[in-house]
Amino acid sequence: MLKTFNKGGIHPAENKITAGKPISTLPVPPIAIIPVLQHIGTPANPLVKKGDKVKTGQMIASGEGFIAANIHSSVTGTVTRVDKLTDASGYKRTAIEIETSSDEWMNDIDLNPGLVTDVSLSIPEIMVRTWDQGIVGMGGATFPTHVKMVFPRGIKAECLIINGAECEPYVTADHRLMLEKGEEIMIGISIVKSAIGIEKAIIGIENNKPDGIENLQRISSRFPGITVQGLKVKYPQGSEKHLIKSLTGRAVPSGGLPIDVGIVVFNIGTMFAVYEAVQKNKPLIERTVTVTGKSLKNPSNFRVRIGTPVSELIKAAGGLPDHASKIIAGGPMMGKALNTLDVPVTKGMSGLLVLDDIESKRKPVQNCIRCTRCVTVCPMGIEPYLIMSMVEKEKCEFLDDCHINDCMECGSCSYICPANRPLLDYIRLGKARLKKRKQQK
Amino acid sequence: MSSTILYTIISLSATGAISAVILYFVAQRFKVYEDPRIDQVEDALPAANCGGCGYAGCRNFAEACVKNENLSGLFCTVGGNETMSKVASILGVDAVSQDPKVAVVRCAGSYDKRPRINIYDGPSSCVLQSILYPGDTGCPYGCLGHGDCVNACDFDAIHMDLKTGLPVVIDEKCTACNACVLACPKHIIELRKKNKKDRKIFVCCINEEKGAIAKKSCEVACIGCGKCVKACAYDAITLENYLAYIDPVKCVLCRKCVGVCPTNSIHEINFPPRKNLDGTDATVDVEIVENL
Repeated sequence: MLKTFNKGGIHPAENKITAGKPISTLPVPPIAIIPVLQHIGTPANPLVKKGDKVKTGQMIASGEGFIAANIHSSVTGTVTRVDKLTDASGYKRTAIEIETSSDEWMNDIDLNPGLVTDVSLSIPEIMVRTWDQGIVGMGGATFPTHVKMVFPRGIKAECLIINGAECEPYVTADHRLMLEKGEEIMIGISIVKSAIGIEKAIIGIENNKPDGIENLQRISSRFPGITVQGLKVKYPQGSEKHLIKSLTGRAVPSGGLPIDVGIVVFNIGTMFAVYEAVQKNKPLIERTVTVTGKSLKNPSNFRVRIGTPVSELIKAAGGLPDHASKIIAGGPMMGKALNTLDVPVTKGMSGLLVLDDIESKRKPVQNCIRCTRCVTVCPMGIEPYLIMSMVEKEKCEFLDDCHINDCMECGSCSYICPANRPLLDYIRLGKARLKKRKQQK
Repeated sequence: MSSTILYTIISLSATGAISAVILYFVAQRFKVYEDPRIDQVEDALPAANCGGCGYAGCRNFAEACVKNENLSGLFCTVGGNETMSKVASILGVDAVSQDPKVAVVRCAGSYDKRPRINIYDGPSSCVLQSILYPGDTGCPYGCLGHGDCVNACDFDAIHMDLKTGLPVVIDEKCTACNACVLACPKHIIELRKKNKKDRKIFVCCINEEKGAIAKKSCEVACIGCGKCVKACAYDAITLENYLAYIDPVKCVLCRKCVGVCPTNSIHEINFPPRKNLDGTDATVDVEIVENL
């Protein structure tokens, strides 16, 4: 039986045009730009300086503090600068630029393509590996994985949920991983399961990937404790809280974390990264990116090195089409439009979407007619139209009562609004105003 | 008939009288003492309720003045020194005086000087655009031009110039209440000391990028060459992060730095036209004044 969450949600056109395209490995880029902040938390501290020679897989920036992650070089070459360079946010942040010479990997990395099924490491060693190799959540939020694997004292997790929903339209990176790296993902899940002492793991996959469900179900019969559960297609099912609601019926409290209801959630891509880190000692220097768009010549799924400039990906997908007007890092719902093609692929970039001028055009904004469709579709149960009018009238004192910070910015309200009102934009503005107001107090 | 009216009058009068007595004693019992000086101070204040002093309104500020007993850290920029001396005389304390200030927009990246490299089609708000990305020009520091500062101004002292896409401050109306400074997400607007005849010399740029990068995105950016620092005989100009800054207190308005700036990013405003040695007007500086 297929499950789903009960409150809100929308059904945008799926447009998974790259679902049938196998993952192809992109050649090593001539220049890699590796930002030191690719995760949630404090930026990593650069360990290299201009002129240093680095090898593929060498640590070039170390995470400082608990919520942080190490950064590794994804290419072999010479560091040309450690400077403030534009990242996907558009702002300039510290990054390490490396000019590639060859592709020489660190000696301790296992490059043998064969599957390693036996886990030889002890639990503390597994924890250290995930920290050392800079593993972060690959779904987009990029929360450091080692942080999620350690619980506050006295709290015990009961269930591990693996997020294979991939509810964003267009993006198929996780779908292809399920089909091509099913075994590795399963081993990754059992590693995490044993490391955090949980018996039960559920993989939630949306029903628009029947081949993915079938493949993982077939493999999971060999792995006790792991079940695969199909989900009804509904956006934003890939949100942590909604996936938990769909699979277990538990509701994470407002402002709370999944661990509050005894659940830990990881992404499919993260599990593959954990497998590579623990079994092959390979740091997180590659990821799967879906380069897609209806106007692209060759939309496809690529395995690319972190730090590859986005322009290289577009080139590999057939070059920028004539009428391209918007390039989005991530999916169309929650992704971020880029203002230059020089930005690098980071650990959290799951897709790259090229929209032409007709697709990306905003329609004229009309008046709100109180149809409450935004309220109906809001998966968090807040009232976007009300928040928008509060923000427009600068009544910031009511925003907290409207639970504005529960908003996860999924964009369902803006998508559904028949008057084309930019609801999400105003919610973001309200969040910023509220934050400033609290700081001033 | 007449008795009904009579009884009504008597009963209502009695109720009224009894209520008056009760209310009198209640009012005595729960009387709130309020310093009469608060009202006096409030009357002396400009009643703009702009919040520039850091308090919610003029009444709030008056309460703070009376409560604090001295005026250190309390200043009404709208009323200025005159108002504050009145307040001080009411309270019988020493007046605090401050140099009058005026808001200055430190960006000159107009449409023709700073080309747009992408199109922003979201809601018109500087704060929102700056959350999303640095802006539609190559300069991540520059003015976004949606006019959050204009909306913040209670005194109609700042407006957008549609030709340049930059805000313009009307010096006579500006009260230095700080509202626009707080509203600007790019921190372009600065409060600077008001000089004689509203004369101003300032670096009209806040771009902290290296010269070549800054110049590429905007013709009139400060490139951090340091020529103005050398030209200044009064040690008023500092160079930090490839950006020059003129200290408004040390600056004596000699205008030596204006001529040496290779990108014309130092602006002189409200000065008489400069005479060259042969007696002709030096038009280059006048042009800058006109642009603003």
